[in-house]
Amino acid sequence: MAEGREEPQNWQGREKLPLVRFEGVSKRFGAVAAVESLTLDIAQGEFFALLGPSGCGKTTLLRMVAGFETPSEGRILLDGEDIVTVPPHRRPVNMMFQSYALFPHLSVEGNIAFGLRQEKASRAEIGERVAEMLTLTRLQGYGPRRIDELSGGQRQRVALARSLIKRPRVLLLDEPLAALDKKLRAETQFELMELQRKLRTTFVIVTHDQEEAMIVADRIAVMNHGRLIQVAKPAEIYERPNSRWVADFIGEVTMIAGRIAGAGAIDSALGQLHIAESGPVKAGDSIWLALRPEKIRMSAERPPSDVNSVAGTVFEIGYRGDTSVYKVRLADRSLMKVALANVSARGQAPFTVDDLVWLSWPPDAAIVLTG
Amino acid sequence: MRGADNKRSLGARRAVLVPYLWLAIFFLAPFVIVFKISLSQTAIAQPPYLPVIDLSAGWPGLKDFARQLSLDTYGLIGTDPLYLMSYLKSLEVAAISTALLLVLGYPIAYGMARAPRAWQPILVMAVVLPFWTSFLIRVYAWINILQRDGLLNHLLLKLHVIDQPAAWLSSDKAIYIGVVYSYLPFMVLPLYATLEKMDESLLEAAADLGCPRWKAFWLVVMPLSLPGIAAGAMLCFIPIVGEFVIPDLLGGSETLMIGQTLWTEFFSNRDWPVASAIAVALLGFLLVPILFYERLQQRSLEDGR
Repeated sequence: MAEGREEPQNWQGREKLPLVRFEGVSKRFGAVAAVESLTLDIAQGEFFALLGPSGCGKTTLLRMVAGFETPSEGRILLDGEDIVTVPPHRRPVNMMFQSYALFPHLSVEGNIAFGLRQEKASRAEIGERVAEMLTLTRLQGYGPRRIDELSGGQRQRVALARSLIKRPRVLLLDEPLAALDKKLRAETQFELMELQRKLRTTFVIVTHDQEEAMIVADRIAVMNHGRLIQVAKPAEIYERPNSRWVADFIGEVTMIAGRIAGAGAIDSALGQLHIAESGPVKAGDSIWLALRPEKIRMSAERPPSDVNSVAGTVFEIGYRGDTSVYKVRLADRSLMKVALANVSARGQAPFTVDDLVWLSWPPDAAIVLTG
Repeated sequence: MRGADNKRSLGARRAVLVPYLWLAIFFLAPFVIVFKISLSQTAIAQPPYLPVIDLSAGWPGLKDFARQLSLDTYGLIGTDPLYLMSYLKSLEVAAISTALLLVLGYPIAYGMARAPRAWQPILVMAVVLPFWTSFLIRVYAWINILQRDGLLNHLLLKLHVIDQPAAWLSSDKAIYIGVVYSYLPFMVLPLYATLEKMDESLLEAAADLGCPRWKAFWLVVMPLSLPGIAAGAMLCFIPIVGEFVIPDLLGGSETLMIGQTLWTEFFSNRDWPVASAIAVALLGFLLVPILFYERLQQRSLEDGR
């Protein structure tokens, strides 16, 4: 989905300044390091996602941009200027909170107008901008309502409108959809993308939901233990993860340990396997092959010899509606995950538990990982 | 199903009767007696007022009793400036004390609510701790502190704030010190209860939207703590109006609060009807803030749906 998006402006050449730049930023809480010497650039107009397991430091990073946390080391630049010493109320960034943090004593309008009121904007301008925000977030007619009269989805939109009304340089979104149910969350993800494209504001979203990050973001920074593991476009993160950790964290994967035997050939416990390109590895190197479940074919007959193939028995089937995940036990007792689309409307699975099957994949389907 | 519902609602109705019964026996009945006495006249008799209900005289006796009741006592407390001044003084002391309590109690409650979670039970304990000592003993302790060569004067002389021992005792200052000291927990606890519930991220949101901290206090913290302010103010104001012990022990002769006037009428003058009338009128005065508070409570209950 993200491939169709245009490149963020001013980004290809990198000769222009990034909008937000983290320079060797560390944050320690006592002895615990939440963020460790992190360096990262975010471009103007980007929809950027910080993704990682809970406690990886992504929220701390976001809160340092908002000004609620001060880095223990390093600089944070906005438009080329260090903002570390600027108090939160003077930063031209706004944040949408995970809890929404709506003011319960103010109406919907009162909440949305709060930021502009602090700027001493004229009554007419406030009214106009609030109306504009209500339209933008499809809350027309809800202006005079009280916050406790709104549904979860409506509150989420009020929080969004309130954080956008000051036209921030960067909109920070802290798990903005975490409180919504699955269906509403899926719809809102597309609304967020549409909004970002319309406003061309830089969005930085924090999420622990990898699917959400891949759908909405132009680029994703995968974090773990306070460090950046990989920063890339969603498709690259998924198809060319730079480590076993990323491959395992994003999506599902089966890992096969092996050793480079020669050009395009790998010795493994499953016999000799073939890969399309081996990259910078040389014969004798230990590597890992990462295989995504949807890239593997499953058949009752032995497949042609130009693809990699292994035999096994179906051990477990997880039915997910659109697809089914099969865990297949191989000759070396390891399990390989295979996802098959449920194309038949009858709901009849082509294979059942204990069936003898062949698993096969073309040489270019496997990802070679060294670390 | 219906039967079970009925049974439960019958049980619920019976449960509701308990507080009403309690109020009827321990509040309404004594009040009716006090009100009846307030309509009588003093007499050198036992009990010291007339008329008394004579049930043996039957219906004519009751009619005779009703004829002798009068509103004379209310006429007296309405015209004699002594009583009016006492009422006004009580309202003044209560109003000023409540304001002082609010100014003093709010920062304490705010500090408690902002303190690390682990400390908060200890801080609440510290606020409640004075209750472990008898109220009377604590007020007596203040006599010691406030007297001419008491702790307060010693301290102020040491700090060179004053160069002559000041007279604290037997003055309005002593009353205010005593009242504010005694009622502080009643102000701090309801304020703490509302402030402690407040979501920290609301303050961050205000800052994020361009509101400096001091302003966020007025725009966010204060409005959200209004229920606590109202509860604390009522919990302090209402009993302070009727306060007797503190002004009697710490105050001077020039200050006469309504509680003291009532006591004098009852015990010194043995004028039960006037004392009763003072009590009934006081209740009338206090009904206004009580009803106001009730309405506020009702509203916050509805808000909390």
